Amino acid sequence: MTIAASTELICFVILSGVIITGGLGVILLRNIVYSAFLLGGVFMAVAGLYLLLNASFVAAAQILVYVGAVNVLILFAIMLVNKKEDLKPIKGLQVRRLLSGGVCAGLLALLIRVDLTTPWPVPGPKAIGEKATERIGEHLFTDYLLPFELASVLLLMAMIGAIVLARRDVLLTDVGTGDSVDQGLIEKPISPLLIDKSKS
Amino acid sequence: MNVSNLIVIHLASTPLAIVSNGIDLELSFTQTMQGLGLSPQVAHIIWLPLPMLLVLVAALVGVLVTVWLERKISAAAQQRIGPEYAGALGILQPMADGLKLLVKEDIIPAKADSLLFTLGPVLVLVPVILSWLIVPFGQNLLISNVGIGIFLWISLSSIQPIGLLMSGYASNNKYSLLGGLRAAAQSISYEIPLALSVLAVVMMSNSLSTVDIVAQQTGAGVLSWNIWRQPIGFVIFWICALAECERLPFDLPEAEEELVAGYQTEYAGMKFALFYLGSYINLVLSALLVSVLYLGGWGFPIPIESLANLINQPINSPLIEVIAGSIGIVMTILKAYLLVFLAILLRWTTPRVRIDQLLDLGWKFLLPISLVNLLFTAALKLSFPSAFGG
Repeated sequence: MTIAASTELICFVILSGVIITGGLGVILLRNIVYSAFLLGGVFMAVAGLYLLLNASFVAAAQILVYVGAVNVLILFAIMLVNKKEDLKPIKGLQVRRLLSGGVCAGLLALLIRVDLTTPWPVPGPKAIGEKATERIGEHLFTDYLLPFELASVLLLMAMIGAIVLARRDVLLTDVGTGDSVDQGLIEKPISPLLIDKSKS
Repeated sequence: MNVSNLIVIHLASTPLAIVSNGIDLELSFTQTMQGLGLSPQVAHIIWLPLPMLLVLVAALVGVLVTVWLERKISAAAQQRIGPEYAGALGILQPMADGLKLLVKEDIIPAKADSLLFTLGPVLVLVPVILSWLIVPFGQNLLISNVGIGIFLWISLSSIQPIGLLMSGYASNNKYSLLGGLRAAAQSISYEIPLALSVLAVVMMSNSLSTVDIVAQQTGAGVLSWNIWRQPIGFVIFWICALAECERLPFDLPEAEEELVAGYQTEYAGMKFALFYLGSYINLVLSALLVSVLYLGGWGFPIPIESLANLINQPINSPLIEVIAGSIGIVMTILKAYLLVFLAILLRWTTPRVRIDQLLDLGWKFLLPISLVNLLFTAALKLSFPSAFGG
């Protein structure tokens, strides 16, 4: 075995171990802040796997998007609302846990079966390495243009929704009918979001 | 190729028309080692840590110099003398600071989360040092000419806010938490205009690799530098780099009057020193990258080729190559330290902005301007492909 191959094997074993233990930690730890930090670690380890597969652009994008944006925003949200109070006890928690554990185990069994029965081409297609950036760009602007644009529309919708929820003092009247709309979402949880037409 | 290749000094540099290939230290080193009777693999393994150690030492020495400069320039700005007893002109003062921090007691507050408290500073420092991977001091004088080059730096610098949030949370102190949250918000906001202004440069050089970006700026000396083609991008990048380094006027996360010291409040000794090191290494790194992206990197203001022609020497002669290599290193460092000087001067002459002004500047001014800059660059590239790298 050459030095490069053994390095690759050691890296793969370490990264997979980090991903599995980290993933288990994310769902099993009681402290939600630890879970969020561990999630960042799992994302980094996945980026490491991409590096092993010689997809450096995808690895860097994974770090930038998942660690730098998604995980930071999750942490941000947790830290802004974290009041360090105990959660209310939920009825039948043990049964729920067993059920969700069963569903996850079933999913795992399904994936392992797919993994074992699929005839994987060994060795796989050759990695294109440095040219991958150009190839990804080409695909995004030709045959994957529609999914790409749809994803941006989805993000735009989420953004507009977030702005509407955050700036609730802007629209005091309904744009269509001109009736006054109560948008005090958090202060007055009883008042409805939409105008109740049945009363008038 | 795999991971081990990523950390290898790039051997086959792209042959360029104008720039000579320069000195290849790895080749000569492995040849010497093989001359001593070692196999190429062993020689390669002995070579691997050398450039990394060299760059690590260079980064640390750069920090010492920057700290000394900061002390001296701030003193001059306030009409003081500054450090003068430790060595000539106080040049050993940063060493004394470092030694003091090294032997100070390492305090972890009783109610702090000791694991996250320790991990936080590490997560802040490591990505910054890793980013030195892509800083070129010459055609072959960089640790790794990875294809994704500058993108690697952008993605690595996005790990930093996690470390800041971690140390802010783990300190169990409201000022620390607020400082950490501010740091994360600031670094997310300014990353976008930063990436967009880098994208405009990348569009002109058709490559993410830092070596290619510098190579595209050589040819006509100072006239071919990107700063003339990207003046707006240069200003945006510099502002965003200062904000990412949390330097005044953007040092909101550690605003002394409001937050004691932000996320660093509870830190002492070596853990504090890690934050300190991280911020200064980041400053030097940002200055180096500004010089790579906009000021022609290792290029001399007058093309080396024409100078060599003037004294009738072929560009490939060993003497000229050694001189060109040294000039390249000196020019990179000189440009970077001019920018560091500018940053220090800005720190000691400008007032701090408020947090709402900071976020307004980022989202409502820099982001639209950098988008327009990107579109404008694309239009210019289509209309004048010869001048804007078609």
